[in-house]
Amino acid sequence: MNLVELQHRMFETILQPLTAGEQMQACSRDGRPMHEVAAEFIKPNDRLSSFERLEIYNRQYWFRVLGALDEDFPGLRTIIGQRRFEAMCKAYLADRPSESFTLRNLGARLEPWLRSHPEWTQPRTALALDMVRLEWAEIEVFDGAAEPVLTPQDALASDPDPQFNLQPYLQLLRLRYPVDDLLIAIRQDGSGSAMASNAVSERHKRTRVRKVARQKPQSVFLAVHRIDDSVYFKRLEPEAFKFLNALREGKDLSSAVGCAFAGSSVSESELLSILQDWFKNWSTLGWFCEPRPANQ
Amino acid sequence: MPANSFNGFTELGVGIGLRVPHYQHILSEKPVVDWFEIISENYMIDGGRPLHVLDQILEHYRVVQHGVSMYFGSAEPANREHLKKLKALVKRTNTPWLTDHLCWGSVDGRYSHDLLPMPYTFEAARHTAQKIREVRDFLEVPIAVENVSSYAEFHVSEMTEWEFLTEVVELADCGILLDVNNIYVSSRNHSFNPLDYVNGVSAERVAQIHIAGHSKFEKYILDTHDHPVINPVWKLYARAIELAGPTATLLEWDDRIPSFEEVHSEALKANQFIAETAVAS
Repeated sequence: MNLVELQHRMFETILQPLTAGEQMQACSRDGRPMHEVAAEFIKPNDRLSSFERLEIYNRQYWFRVLGALDEDFPGLRTIIGQRRFEAMCKAYLADRPSESFTLRNLGARLEPWLRSHPEWTQPRTALALDMVRLEWAEIEVFDGAAEPVLTPQDALASDPDPQFNLQPYLQLLRLRYPVDDLLIAIRQDGSGSAMASNAVSERHKRTRVRKVARQKPQSVFLAVHRIDDSVYFKRLEPEAFKFLNALREGKDLSSAVGCAFAGSSVSESELLSILQDWFKNWSTLGWFCEPRPANQ
Repeated sequence: MPANSFNGFTELGVGIGLRVPHYQHILSEKPVVDWFEIISENYMIDGGRPLHVLDQILEHYRVVQHGVSMYFGSAEPANREHLKKLKALVKRTNTPWLTDHLCWGSVDGRYSHDLLPMPYTFEAARHTAQKIREVRDFLEVPIAVENVSSYAEFHVSEMTEWEFLTEVVELADCGILLDVNNIYVSSRNHSFNPLDYVNGVSAERVAQIHIAGHSKFEKYILDTHDHPVINPVWKLYARAIELAGPTATLLEWDDRIPSFEEVHSEALKANQFIAETAVAS
């Protein structure tokens, strides 16, 4: 057996999901007894069979990747429930094994995958999808690129109708549910639970279930952003959301205003005041930046 | 021969792994630490807190990069995007050398995120050495490969693990990150004498040494990095520096991480062995 054959055979075995009891499957994907498959390339020793030695790696793989998703998506876990979440993660990873050198990217394809597998999120599919988008956005914002901050005065000094670049890390989400509040509540419930008694833990679980059950649709326009290396959520007015999206698309200031206030009856003086407030606020938050260098 | 071309002719002393729970203490107290080892992948990102902290650390400390996903032994070619990101980090940290594991972990662009053991064959050694050379040429920094803990052995193996390690580093002309805890763990899992391993590697190529703790199970030992270093591992360490001379040494503690002081004082126990070796020689 050469290097390529050995690695393919071991890799396929390691990625095969564990049994419900977290053991290695008795049969390989092609239906052969796993103890035979393992014995073909792994030596037994005086304490462990070939099967048991291979099983160590099979279990380590699944514990590691499931642990990573569990850590990254506590909101989704709360919405669909712990057991269903675990089963969903196994199905997702079996379908979309990691293609990145870092576990950080393990959930990158979860939202599109869930869209094509609504059986894992029904009947709360819209809520679950909103939550996955928010949780993935948090990961992206946490370590996304930042460019030098630019003030509106700097931009206007060189061009009376400039393009304003938004920080690459800034994420703009249009949500159908207020999952920002829900995620914060879930985190607050979860904090300190490691030291809590079973009774307290059970009460928190019931509280979380009630919070999820109470969720009603509500349009939320959200900026997920970063201040001093910490991630924050900031709700936006619909016009502000449209305006920022237009800037992100590369529209100049006047076009972005046109996009945001199309069909609006806002007077010119009100518009000026609104824009001044937005720019003052967003500049303080450091959302405007110099254009990214062409080679990035 | 403490410093050699495999560690950029740099002997840094005794360091510890830079870990998130210690960020605040290190940045506020600026404790005296010879050097920090970072997990490269944690900083191969575009921005945010990890890089911000790293830049502050770099202002005060020497940093050496240690990777977990280069997979020199994977049959597939190195991932070019990965290499580009790694090179950007190498430029940022100015690491005197770079380490990763003598293992494999990816197939057809899919990743196990584990350090899987190599079959100890001449074919695997040639392939692995070639890949190490390619990576070193691209990154333009000395490379040292680390022996991993393993829980399985292959029928196809043609030599011992230390013979395989020697074959690879000679063919690649690279350094060794000798993990004496991994040697101990594998020796218990595969029933060999760990001193045979330490005595069998090319001491002149040892660029760095890792020490760590592990967890014992009924039928095997797992490399968990969540305990202090045990005496048998310290004995292997003493033998390693007796052969290789005082060498940059690093304590790994990755799970159930105690306070900075506890981790650092555990690491500094290495100095006693270094001093004893110096007196003896």
